[in-house]
Amino acid sequence: MISPFQIAYKNLLRDRVRTLLTLGGIMLASWVLVSLLGFNRGYERALDHDIDNMGYQLMVMAKGCPYEAATLMLQGGTGLRYIERSMVDSISREPEVEQATPILMQAYFDPNKGESGGIAGYFGVEAATFPAMKLFYRFRKGGWFQNENAAEVVMGFEAAELEQREVGDMTLVPEKNVQLKVVGILERTGTQDDGTIFVPLKTLQNISETDKITTIGIRVKKGADVAGLEGRLYQLPNVQVVSFSQVKQTIMTLVSTTRVMVFSIAVIALLIAMAGVANTVLMSVVERLQEIGVLKTMGAMPSDIFLLVWTETLILCTGGGIAGVGLAFAFARGADALARRVLPYAPKGGLVEIDLKLALLTIGVVGVVGLLSGAYPAWKAGRVRPLETIRSAV
Amino acid sequence: MTSQKGITLEARGLRRTYQRGTEEIHALDGVSLKIQEADFISFTGPSGSGKTTLVNLLGCLDNPTAGELDLDSRRIFGGGKIVSERKLTRIRREVFGYIFQNFYLIPTLTVRENVTLPLAFYRKPGTDGEAEKLLSMLGLEHRMNHLPGEISGGEMQRASIARALINRPKILLADEPTGSLDTKRTMEIGEVLRHLNRSAGLTIVMVTHNANLAKLAGRVIEMRDGRAHEG
Repeated sequence: MISPFQIAYKNLLRDRVRTLLTLGGIMLASWVLVSLLGFNRGYERALDHDIDNMGYQLMVMAKGCPYEAATLMLQGGTGLRYIERSMVDSISREPEVEQATPILMQAYFDPNKGESGGIAGYFGVEAATFPAMKLFYRFRKGGWFQNENAAEVVMGFEAAELEQREVGDMTLVPEKNVQLKVVGILERTGTQDDGTIFVPLKTLQNISETDKITTIGIRVKKGADVAGLEGRLYQLPNVQVVSFSQVKQTIMTLVSTTRVMVFSIAVIALLIAMAGVANTVLMSVVERLQEIGVLKTMGAMPSDIFLLVWTETLILCTGGGIAGVGLAFAFARGADALARRVLPYAPKGGLVEIDLKLALLTIGVVGVVGLLSGAYPAWKAGRVRPLETIRSAV
Repeated sequence: MTSQKGITLEARGLRRTYQRGTEEIHALDGVSLKIQEADFISFTGPSGSGKTTLVNLLGCLDNPTAGELDLDSRRIFGGGKIVSERKLTRIRREVFGYIFQNFYLIPTLTVRENVTLPLAFYRKPGTDGEAEKLLSMLGLEHRMNHLPGEISGGEMQRASIARALINRPKILLADEPTGSLDTKRTMEIGEVLRHLNRSAGLTIVMVTHNANLAKLAGRVIEMRDGRAHEG
């Protein structure tokens, strides 16, 4: 015996082109929807990951635009002004501070970088404190510097790839014409540190002819009062404090404009797909009025016909939804690359994160939307009077 | 012999009037008749004489404007009350099987699936394996898995007869069942209907323009101007 589901499914096979076009519309809409939801989740997680991998929760730097400075730092750029090295010691004495590390960021113009030259960023870090904050670093080859005055560098994975350096090679600091020996190359971390060149703090201070630093990274003890510490740090002269939770919030606010735009596109795509489904199913009902009338002479109740047409809609929508989710899985990298092009700041790691739960949620949403759009054609089909349709055929 | 049979359908003064603009069309003008168990009746007459209108009322596909209709002594229409589509559907699926000139087989379903289609909505007990039996009886066992587009017109109509019989109706209503068929197939279908009537005692009410087909029925009622004349 044939089931109502089989009848509905086989009805969809009558006009395969129309069914495929409708499925295509739903598939595209659900692709956009699941990618957007995946982005919503993935971006925030990637940003969290970037911030967690900074190794510290607070940064102290000379006064200026704190968010610009933080963004520059996340991107491996340079700070704007200098602060005294001695400030690290006084900050380290605060009870909430687990560790503080001085950082000097410098950028030099390298005429050999890219087609028309580019900026090479250097991080002057203290071998005694900085590695302890970056415990997740793993070396592909070599290790940290021998001492604070060594003419050595540790290169991030991408920086080494870009310059094609190996441990033992010499690398030239542009503008300064100073040669430094590569003593370590890091494994890929998936963060901005991959593009950074680390130099012993004192060596970079000597190269840049300063005894100051640009930034202090602060790791706070677990459960400590971060807000209280922030308040006290603000009392220090000519410095500003950047909390990464604030930075995250600010970046998320910047990104929210893009998210709203993309979300609007997804909603429009979904509405268009919904109209397409309603139109397809309605056309199919109108074309089959006589058949529906005959089904009623066989004993089909209005509710049977309603469910039959609704099942067709559900098959179309879940089919399109599953295909769209599959497409989103297949092209997640493409969506990721596209998002990176349009976003003001893109953290490392996957920006579009789609998992089974999200996939099921999307298929559910598309299914519900499909049921809504199929309700009118199904209701209309259920109200068909057999006599009128059969008579119209004679 | 007639008196030994139970009355299946009894119509008294059935009228059906249609409104076309300001004009009233009396498609049926007070028809009274009795249809008894195992009757094979054919309604003949020119186009517009009211044959199909009468069969539609007898088959509970439409409400009459006036008159009464009893089914197994149970009042269906009467007193000018409009019977709801839902209630009519319940009666239809219990009592009637329908065949039409255009067969109305679903093109994407096989012959077997088309025949079992009514069971998806309503199933009388004891209909297991009925499709195979009917298709075999109607000489379609070798066509069970074919699509309607792959079989002849006569075979399609036989498939639609099997579909009409799957739920074991008391009365089979056939509206121009051979209207789309050639002479040979027409008589073939006629013989099938006569066989069903004689061997299974099925009550058959048929509308036809074909005089030869009409002659196969035990009773021939001629319709003229909305009135029934039994010859």
